[in-house]
Amino acid sequence: MTGRIFAALRTLPASGRIGLALVILWLLIAALGPVIAPHSPGAFVDESVFSGMSRELWLGTDYLGRDVLSRLLWGARYTVFLALGAAMLAVVTGTSLALVAAIRGGWIDEVLSRSMDTLTSIPSKIFALVLVAAFGSSLVLLLVIMAVIYVPGNFRIARALAVNLISLDFVQVARARGEGTAYIAWREILPNMIHPLMADMGLRFVFVVLLLSGLSFLGLGVQPPLADLGSLVRENISGLSEGASAIIVPAIAIATLTVGANLLIDALKPGARS
Amino acid sequence: MSVAGRDIAAKEIAVEVRGLDIAVHEASGNRIPIVRDISFAIPRGEVLALIGESGSGKTTIALALMGYSRFGADIAADVIRVGDMRIDKMSRSELTRVRGRRVSYIAQSAASGFNPSRTILSQVIEPLLVHRLADRKTAEARAVELFASLALPSPETIGSRYPHQVSGGQLQRVMVAMALITEPELVILDEPTTALDVTTQVEVLKTIKLAMKQSGATAIYVSHDLAVVAQVADRIAVLKDGTMCEEGSVEQILNAPASEYTRSLMAAAQPEARPDAQAAPDNVLTVSSITAGYGRIRDGMPAKPVLRDVSFSIRRGAALGVIGESGSGKSTLARVIAGLLPAAQGDVMLGDEVLPRAMARRSREQLRRVQIVFQHADTALNPAQTVREILARPLAFYHGLKGPAADARVAELLDLIQLPTDVLARRSSELSGGQKQRVNLARALAAEPDVLICDEVTSALDTVVAAAILDLIDDLRRNLGIATIFISHDISNAHAFCDDLLVLYAGSVVELVSRARFSEGLHHPYTRLLVDSVPEMDTGWLARRSAADAPAIARDAISPALCPFLPRCSQAIVGACDTEWPPRRERDGQSILCHRDWGELRPSGHGVQGRTTVMS
Amino acid sequence: MARSENSRPAWLRIAPLILYRFASSLLTLFLVSAVVFTISGLLPGDAAQELLGQSATPEQIAALRHEMGLDRSAPVRYFDWLTSIVTGDPGVSYVANMPVRDIIAQRLPNTLVLAGITAVISVILALVIGIVSAINRGGKIDRVLNIVTLSLVATPEFLVATLGVLIFSVKLLWLPSISLAPDEASWTETLRSLALPVLSLTFVVVAQMARMTRAAVVDQLERPYVEMARLKGVPFRRIVLFHVMPNAIGPVVNAMALSLSYLMGGALIVETIFNYPGLASLMVNAVTSRDMPLLQSCAMIFCGVYLAMMLVADVIAILANPRLRA
Repeated sequence: MTGRIFAALRTLPASGRIGLALVILWLLIAALGPVIAPHSPGAFVDESVFSGMSRELWLGTDYLGRDVLSRLLWGARYTVFLALGAAMLAVVTGTSLALVAAIRGGWIDEVLSRSMDTLTSIPSKIFALVLVAAFGSSLVLLLVIMAVIYVPGNFRIARALAVNLISLDFVQVARARGEGTAYIAWREILPNMIHPLMADMGLRFVFVVLLLSGLSFLGLGVQPPLADLGSLVRENISGLSEGASAIIVPAIAIATLTVGANLLIDALKPGARS
Repeated sequence: MSVAGRDIAAKEIAVEVRGLDIAVHEASGNRIPIVRDISFAIPRGEVLALIGESGSGKTTIALALMGYSRFGADIAADVIRVGDMRIDKMSRSELTRVRGRRVSYIAQSAASGFNPSRTILSQVIEPLLVHRLADRKTAEARAVELFASLALPSPETIGSRYPHQVSGGQLQRVMVAMALITEPELVILDEPTTALDVTTQVEVLKTIKLAMKQSGATAIYVSHDLAVVAQVADRIAVLKDGTMCEEGSVEQILNAPASEYTRSLMAAAQPEARPDAQAAPDNVLTVSSITAGYGRIRDGMPAKPVLRDVSFSIRRGAALGVIGESGSGKSTLARVIAGLLPAAQGDVMLGDEVLPRAMARRSREQLRRVQIVFQHADTALNPAQTVREILARPLAFYHGLKGPAADARVAELLDLIQLPTDVLARRSSELSGGQKQRVNLARALAAEPDVLICDEVTSALDTVVAAAILDLIDDLRRNLGIATIFISHDISNAHAFCDDLLVLYAGSVVELVSRARFSEGLHHPYTRLLVDSVPEMDTGWLARRSAADAPAIARDAISPALCPFLPRCSQAIVGACDTEWPPRRERDGQSILCHRDWGELRPSGHGVQGRTTVMS
Repeated sequence: MARSENSRPAWLRIAPLILYRFASSLLTLFLVSAVVFTISGLLPGDAAQELLGQSATPEQIAALRHEMGLDRSAPVRYFDWLTSIVTGDPGVSYVANMPVRDIIAQRLPNTLVLAGITAVISVILALVIGIVSAINRGGKIDRVLNIVTLSLVATPEFLVATLGVLIFSVKLLWLPSISLAPDEASWTETLRSLALPVLSLTFVVVAQMARMTRAAVVDQLERPYVEMARLKGVPFRRIVLFHVMPNAIGPVVNAMALSLSYLMGGALIVETIFNYPGLASLMVNAVTSRDMPLLQSCAMIFCGVYLAMMLVADVIAILANPRLRA
């Protein structure tokens, strides 16, 4: 398995390598950010607000005179870990439901598919607003809300994969042998879904980062005093007219994370290296 | 050295290929040759057949004559000449002007070769229009003429249909019309009858042969089937792995093949009839009055019935061939016996034991005793599992074997199917087609079944590999005493390997016959049509074969109350066949579903049993 | 079989399909309304309590609950709510104390203008980009466009918008950064104020749309009938126009409709950044102020529009399918 991963990495095109580097960079920042941050995120380090980049304060100061770099290093963990958690939760839930629907079929499939179709008819950001308005936006709630929003999309993909696999003869063989549902789901179907499911989880991660930063940007996501990357853009919006780095830097930071992840996923797609 | 053989030196050479090499470039920069040093020449108006198995490069070579290659492979040659054109020296725009005008192509699958959203006529006349050879009106008139000469029904109006509204055999003829409409010098036919049922193939083959003769075009006929090629070609080139084994006139290749490979191809295509098995007298499997299908079952009748009143039995160690064309219900029969599709009516009995219809209610022991080997080994093996995992599972599941005992048994199984032990660690994507089918078979054998159902297990394989698999199954069932059901569309193969044959037509058993009775040549009209439709490896077969008799009673649709074969039957009796369901006539070793009595049936002309002796 | 199909006129085969599709959309919309109401109307705590605050007496709260109809059973409240939405009078905004209908009537046209202009521009751009990459698939142009669209798909709307503001209004001073065009503004002023919002939205929507268009066209280009056409000597341009496009219409239109749903999400951010007085920014305000009647109405409008677009796309795909049309 590890051998195959290394083989895949060796043939990765340039865009994929850049993507991989960016993703690893952000994972490191999320994990170690507070350790390497030069200042506390709440500390007022400079008299002047929206100061530009300098040797002491690499990324300048924000609207209150705090260190943008430190706030960025602290904020990344909310964005990255919330999104990772939500993407995993969404994929595990969506795929489990999809396997049940695909294998059991009948009315269970009808009900599940119809419900998921209904949920996918609500555009994701609109759905997020309704959920946040109803339940609020604590970190745990945000995690659950993001997961709920992306369950139906994963369900659709996983169900299509599973239905396709079930129609293949090797599943018929297992059924004709007398194997139980759990064995068929776990040993015959799931191992053949891992690759596309990982890709889907990567995509969901990108979507969640975008949605979460969007919400925080609207002031509906991560709430002060905590701040994720989207919040950093929002709180410095008044600096836009003077072109402050405090607003541009976090916005670009989010883009490097999502674009990096997207490039990596695309490069790992089967057939992408032909 | 002249590339053209001495026997054609005197004729005018219309097509000449010398030193043709075709290679694909991998992303890593490796250059992989797929065709090497091919040379041949075709006299004007003659047909050269390119014969070979998959991967032999036959289609690649044929397409090179249009300056076309798939997957960006590059074509290099000393000479590729068609008439006065040097294809190898042409630019892309020059090639565009040649394609479809002076060299045209007939694809294997007409169903996917036609654009689904445009009418047939607009596609047939397109070559005339894009090459500015005629105005629309003249072109349409020419197309209608061609439709008529290719014996297409209602030639005036068929053109206004869309491809999905026309049958496969007709669509293939429409494609011939499209290729011939510009009166090309060279026509390339790429397995034009391979996708068709055998009874349709004969008719299409005849029209193609006639049309080619009338047009006077030179042709290249790509095929894997020597018997088909024997009917239409003047010369044959035998290809293997991108190189040419031999080339010569049809008579020379068929009667005195020089290369070992050609001889093995011919042997594989003409299986020798095996002796009847020493089967025990007791029936191991009895199927009685099965009716099955899809959709909701009401009053014992499914919404879409596929099988109607199917009965047969099979003795321990015997082999039964189930024959039928696509859609006849032969795979459904396999699914019903295995319980994957519960029957609506009737019983399946294993020995004296009536099996529950649904698989879910059968015991593990009952399931073990009936095993299916599926048609497509590609999809029948889980791509995520190794061969070891695949084979070990039924051992653990049915026999509780684990650890060294299981390993020993897996090794035995590999021995049975004649594969080396180093395949154990591989996944199915790392096996060849033949190896996959062997593993597929071994998994069924691991259960130690009493009944083995082989569903078209060789139809996806090349002839030589398929013959080896059939031999293997034949040996195994004789040595292990497993009753075997061969499901097949190929009556000559089934006849060679099976003790009894069951012929299905539209879900009904029209004939059940023992090997001894089969050779007497007295058959149900449908079996007779099947037998007469199998091409023989003899250049005169198509010409000798009398035209298929027209149906005796014109009728469009099948009625569930009447004989399903009625719309195609040339021996139907007015007043009987069109009024009531046919009776089942029985005699020792044979039963048929027909209004005609034994004495009134027309015997088959030549036939499968003749085929095995023609070349001996 | 072919004959019996032909005996029925085409519309007789198509009409039931379209009706079925229409009914299915209506059912989905109905289910969506139930989801929206359950989440926003039933699950959260007591709206009366919240409006009156902690100091209110139980009697005051009970009175308000009665007045707002909160003391009735859930299904009754849902059907009342549904009726009010369907009849176009979804009650009074808690916060603005104005009929929701009037507030929306003010804002909706602005969003429709923004979305409409963006849709037209992006559809054209996406078709061009998608088809150009598809016919050059594997080539240099395709690879460059792939990386560009891949990156744009993952770019947050607010980055595009803030960069737009920085470049065009802060540095170049060409365009206003706020699009509060007064009612009596001239045509050119209105257009100038729309330029940045439209630009930002287009960037995000076009990438997704172009990628899906490319996929749909590539899928067709790899079919055997395209090879057959090449071997008939049909020029490539003609193959794309007369062979591929008729078959790609269905999937392409579907891709367009799916991507246009991104437009709504994008509008939330873009309208907020540019202070654009549209429905999306209204909805954001409704969330902040927990103005449920307003929020529910906005959500239903967005979902309704999305379902309507998918319906139109499906109908076009049905009409374009030769198996049904012939």
